[in-house]
Amino acid sequence: MRTNIRPQAPFLLAITLAVSLFMIAPMLLSVMAGLVNNYGTGLQSGLTLRWLGEVWENYGGTVGWSLALAAACVACTVLLGVPCAYALARSRSRAAHVFEELLTLPVAVPGLATALALILAYGQLTAFRQSFAFILVGHVVFTLPFMVRTVGSAFQRHELLALEEAARTLGASFRQRFMGILVPAVFPAIVAGSLMVFTLSVGEFNLTWMLHTPLTRTLPVGLADSYASMRIEIGSAYTLVFFAVILPVLWGLQYLAHLIQKRHGT
Amino acid sequence: MTQATATMPSDGAASAWTPRWRLLACALPAAAFFAAFWLLPVVRLLALPADKGGATYFAVLTDARYLQSMANTVLLSAAVTLATLVLGAAVGIYLARHAFRGRRVLLSLLTLPLSFPGVIIGFFVILLGGRQGVVASVSDALIGERITFAYGLLGLFLAYLYFSLPRAIATYAAAAEAMNLQLEEAARSLGASRLRVARDVWMPELAPTTLACGAILFATSMGAFGTAFTLASKFEVIPITIYNEFTNYANFALAASLSIALGLVTWLVLFAARRFGANPVAR
Repeated sequence: MRTNIRPQAPFLLAITLAVSLFMIAPMLLSVMAGLVNNYGTGLQSGLTLRWLGEVWENYGGTVGWSLALAAACVACTVLLGVPCAYALARSRSRAAHVFEELLTLPVAVPGLATALALILAYGQLTAFRQSFAFILVGHVVFTLPFMVRTVGSAFQRHELLALEEAARTLGASFRQRFMGILVPAVFPAIVAGSLMVFTLSVGEFNLTWMLHTPLTRTLPVGLADSYASMRIEIGSAYTLVFFAVILPVLWGLQYLAHLIQKRHGT
Repeated sequence: MTQATATMPSDGAASAWTPRWRLLACALPAAAFFAAFWLLPVVRLLALPADKGGATYFAVLTDARYLQSMANTVLLSAAVTLATLVLGAAVGIYLARHAFRGRRVLLSLLTLPLSFPGVIIGFFVILLGGRQGVVASVSDALIGERITFAYGLLGLFLAYLYFSLPRAIATYAAAAEAMNLQLEEAARSLGASRLRVARDVWMPELAPTTLACGAILFATSMGAFGTAFTLASKFEVIPITIYNEFTNYANFALAASLSIALGLVTWLVLFAARRFGANPVAR
């Protein structure tokens, strides 16, 4: 029974309060700092929107690009990852096992190393190197294992094997089986994986910082730039933009995922 | 080619209706992409230090500066992991057991930083402990001296703590749901103090979770770049060293060698955690 069985837990409570303060105070602080005239004097210097205006002028494009990149990343990982997850779930060969382990390496290896490898291998192709496609490739390599793992474990469920067999004996072609039975059955897993991929792509910095050029900047890259070279108020306003734009998108997607999972009952 | 009649394959393997070639075709796009954009480039990266001689692979061990940087990173990551596990467990257990208005909101606020890029967390620490920071203003008012900690070891530690705690809190809040209260009540009724209960009941129960979570936290801290980058700390960590070698000195072979060393240490820790985590009974 999950009721208040233990009213006193003074140490746990104290730690929880301290940690909550530590975690939440900076978020509030940065929101405040983006809206005041002068961070040094604080709230006394009055509220203003001019820092937000300056941020939009200098870095407005990065917001759209980050969202577009994340959406493209989701699309790529779905197209590449779902069939791959199916193959890995159905195959018992050693090679498949090894491949699955290899696939998760980009997550263990620091993003810096992956970026280094990409630059060394493809840095010469200038058109590719200087486009957003270069960054997209890095993001997909990093997020693909999450999609494959999530969808793969959904494909391994026993009921799916029975459904597949039933469909085949009724004469369905592979295409019909895949699109008509398998994909709808693992749809909640695909949505969960997509959400993970989107979140990871939007916040990705390690890879992107190495792969970007001044013309291909994402939101985190712009943030780093503003922290290094601009006033603290502009950095805070930019952080505020991050909160105000990205977080509702993430929450909306989470809500959507929740709705879909409820409807499909997994 | 006739298909076999319907009998369920005993092991779900490639069967008559999902022939090998079809599975291969399904995996091919991902495999091709992965080979082209990760496997082959990384193999090339692995071979790069050899250009400057085989000794470059051991640069992390031979050069005092790199060894120091690696030692810094390992010690910092270990300290952060330890602190995070203790604090995260405390908060996770408390929140799992005590329902109150707004608990869900608090939990989602506490796990929110999981979606932040590391640079933002570095910025938070600057807001708190930088030259214009809150702590500086408060200490200036109280004792007339501006205390700044953001750019030293303490700032780095706090920043790493900040991005590690959400993961620990989320993991422990979930794990605490499955804890066995009867064991705890038995211990309390036998007179065990709170500390005793934590040490003898909670820790063994949560050991598998702690091992897995600790490994992830350690690996994340080892490879963290954005946070240290924003703080431009005097305390050098290995990702920053790699970045400097690559960008400032165009020392690709050395950057590659250090990256390999970092990747090896990280992978070893994750591997060890998986090995030992798989046999919790064999303790």
